[in-house]
Amino acid sequence: MPTRTDDNRAASVGLAPCWSCKGPVSTQVLFCHTCGAIQPPGQADHFRRLGLEPDFDVDIDLAEKRYLGFQRAVHPDRFASKPPKERALAEAQSVSLNDAYETLKDPLRRAAYLLRLKGVDASVDKDETMRDPELLMEAMEAREALMGAESAPAIEKLAAKAGADAIGVLSELSKAFAADDLPRANSLTTRLKYLRKFLEETRTRLVALETM
Amino acid sequence: MLLQIHEPGETPDPHARERGIAIGIDLGTTNTVVAVVDGDQPEVLRDPEGDGLIPSVVALMEDRVIVGRAAQALRAKYPDRVVSSIKRLMGRGVHDVKALAGVLPYKIAASGDAVGMVRLEVAGRSVTPIEISAEILKAVKARAEAALGVDIEQAVVTVPAYFDDAARSATKDAAKLAGLDVLRLVNEPTAAALAYGLDSGAEGIYAIYDLGGGTFDISLLRLQKGVFQVLATGGDASLGGDDFDHALAEWAIKQADVSDLDPAGAAALLLAARATKEALSNSERAMLSVTLRGRKLELEIARSDFETMIEPLITRTMQACRQVLADAGTKPDGIQGIVLVGGSTRLPLVRRKVEHFFGRAPLADINPDEVVAIGAALQAKALTRGSDTLLLDVIPLSLGIETIGGIVEKVIERNTPIPVAKAQDFTTYQDGQTGLLVHVVQGERETVDACRSLGRFELNGIPPMVAGAARIQVTYAVDADGLLTVSAKEKTTGVNAEIAVKPSYGLSDSEMADMLRDSLVHARDDMERRLLIEARVEADRVLLALEAALRADGALLSGDEHKQIDAAIARARQALAGQDRDAINAAIDLLDRETHPFAQRRMDRAIAQALKGHSLDEVEASMATDPAPDRSHPERGAGAARK
Repeated sequence: MPTRTDDNRAASVGLAPCWSCKGPVSTQVLFCHTCGAIQPPGQADHFRRLGLEPDFDVDIDLAEKRYLGFQRAVHPDRFASKPPKERALAEAQSVSLNDAYETLKDPLRRAAYLLRLKGVDASVDKDETMRDPELLMEAMEAREALMGAESAPAIEKLAAKAGADAIGVLSELSKAFAADDLPRANSLTTRLKYLRKFLEETRTRLVALETM
Repeated sequence: MLLQIHEPGETPDPHARERGIAIGIDLGTTNTVVAVVDGDQPEVLRDPEGDGLIPSVVALMEDRVIVGRAAQALRAKYPDRVVSSIKRLMGRGVHDVKALAGVLPYKIAASGDAVGMVRLEVAGRSVTPIEISAEILKAVKARAEAALGVDIEQAVVTVPAYFDDAARSATKDAAKLAGLDVLRLVNEPTAAALAYGLDSGAEGIYAIYDLGGGTFDISLLRLQKGVFQVLATGGDASLGGDDFDHALAEWAIKQADVSDLDPAGAAALLLAARATKEALSNSERAMLSVTLRGRKLELEIARSDFETMIEPLITRTMQACRQVLADAGTKPDGIQGIVLVGGSTRLPLVRRKVEHFFGRAPLADINPDEVVAIGAALQAKALTRGSDTLLLDVIPLSLGIETIGGIVEKVIERNTPIPVAKAQDFTTYQDGQTGLLVHVVQGERETVDACRSLGRFELNGIPPMVAGAARIQVTYAVDADGLLTVSAKEKTTGVNAEIAVKPSYGLSDSEMADMLRDSLVHARDDMERRLLIEARVEADRVLLALEAALRADGALLSGDEHKQIDAAIARARQALAGQDRDAINAAIDLLDRETHPFAQRRMDRAIAQALKGHSLDEVEASMATDPAPDRSHPERGAGAARK
């Protein structure tokens, strides 16, 4: 077996021994170029995993094309009759691809992830108190309006406004990331998160109204 | 008939595994259907009368087990021995079935165990739903083996998309008990889409409306260029045709003013109700006739009255449709087509309601009772013999963890594509706390008691720290079958207490072992044969990989070294030709040791080249002169990534 130092030397030039044929293989490929064995997913970030530059403005069609193409090659269904080791690697690859694509295709998750890559922690999945007093006020007013809305058209009107606001935030986000203005990108991400949540609430209210 | 004589050690029949035959099974609440692709076209396996449906009914008789139509015929005579609709209890706990009390046509065993799976009291025996389902699967396996003339060991089994983790593991356990290796659990609506999609080469978003005997599923799938992507799924795990039968039966009880039905009477009434329901699909009026306690009952009912009775139930399905459309971010007019699945979609009211909701007539060219099994057979073929299509499925219900105050923190949201793994950090809330209870739940609600509990486990050995200092990472991993594994570890101190738990209302490992021991399907030599096959597959892999390596880098070896490796390969091949598993494994181990210097040299050369100032791309290009022997190796846009 190659020693630990060998592994480190190999890793420093982006190589690792293939688990199957033991020869050198790039840590970024799905399959060994020598023996064809599926490789572990490695450490690439979500953008690079789909062959993209880390940027808020991603070509989402291209990301999807790559995602589907790679899934076609590594999905566990392709390895159902293979030995457990290969099945496990296929699953790990497939998990990484799902994670990457799910993160990139959603602008909110993409923004939060990009912030994290750049060293800012904006956890979208957690409910944190909003620190921006202006946003807090806006949120409270919108919730009050939603509580007061008694009819479907009234709720839909609120949803339409929030939807339009969200689209506005997206183009602002794109500008902020392009200018590398991370504090602004961070606060826009928080606002987008709130708008999403609000839209979800309008949906819940609409369903409740229809089933009454 | 002439007897065939074989050489000792030679297998008489080519086993289906080697021929690559795997069957597709739709294990339904009411009926089970099995199909296979044995040439190009999927085919439902039928009985001599041409019937593809095997009633999911099991009779536990004194000396044997009877499944299907014959079991159904015994129901009136032995109501306490005949079990039906068992799917509704798969993975259910005692607590869950309280809601179904009085509805089920069999007795639930009283149990002090509040967490375990529910057991049935049948003919004085206590059995699990898994064992009953295994009997159905054994019958299915036997039918397939008779029809195809080979042993069948592998299957794709379908489950309702809405089945939670407990029900999925229970289904997998049942198959294992029946001697079937489950290649994949596939969601029923996905299977149905596969059956339709391959026929028509359809593109766009399709809704699969699946109303079966006991469950309702609605799924939205996007079909594009051979990829079947599930966008959202929803439904109701306890709503189906059985409920329509019950509605009719209750109506009859009220009409005829009968009370205190014995089990036999209740079973007879339900059977009559089902017949009446089916008759009402084709005519405006129908008779419900049944003899209860010697009293002959004849009740006439109009379709419109029946429809009034069941309309609230069908409205419930429309609410689920609305939810999945919202989840997928689309509207009824964004749907290209609606596929109907399940016998209950034969009801005219269902078709009218679906057509009204989606604004277009549903597709029903494939028999709704058989479409799922056909899809399962296609997937079984894809998994064993390869395919151009790809199924990307999602998890139907959110998975969460209990936090302080009985609040659920979601770890994986519903409709997340699988396989998936997500980790979340938690911390201690008391100074010096050394243990953490992980309670795994599934469902959409905010509080633990409104969700389904899948299991609990404790992470111990956390070093004592002040409250909030520990970082405990809990990882939820869901595989391509939709089955969950949970693990937890403490990160800050390097104490790597890790525990993996498979939450399961299925069988514990020891229970499974006991049951397998009792059953004849997994006889010892069968197990040995499997291990031998596995050893051969692994040896084949090692030899192929080594040959590829020699083709690419053989020049790194001296003539003598090459000869030495060739000799080791020859020894391995010799072992491979025999029947001795240990000899095969030993030869492969030896081969591994003898080729170690060769592997080392290959690595060293690549590293040296890379370090000499060549860019990695050049190193790779120089190494990639030989094409991969058996598979293409798409690169992950690596060039673009490194610019």
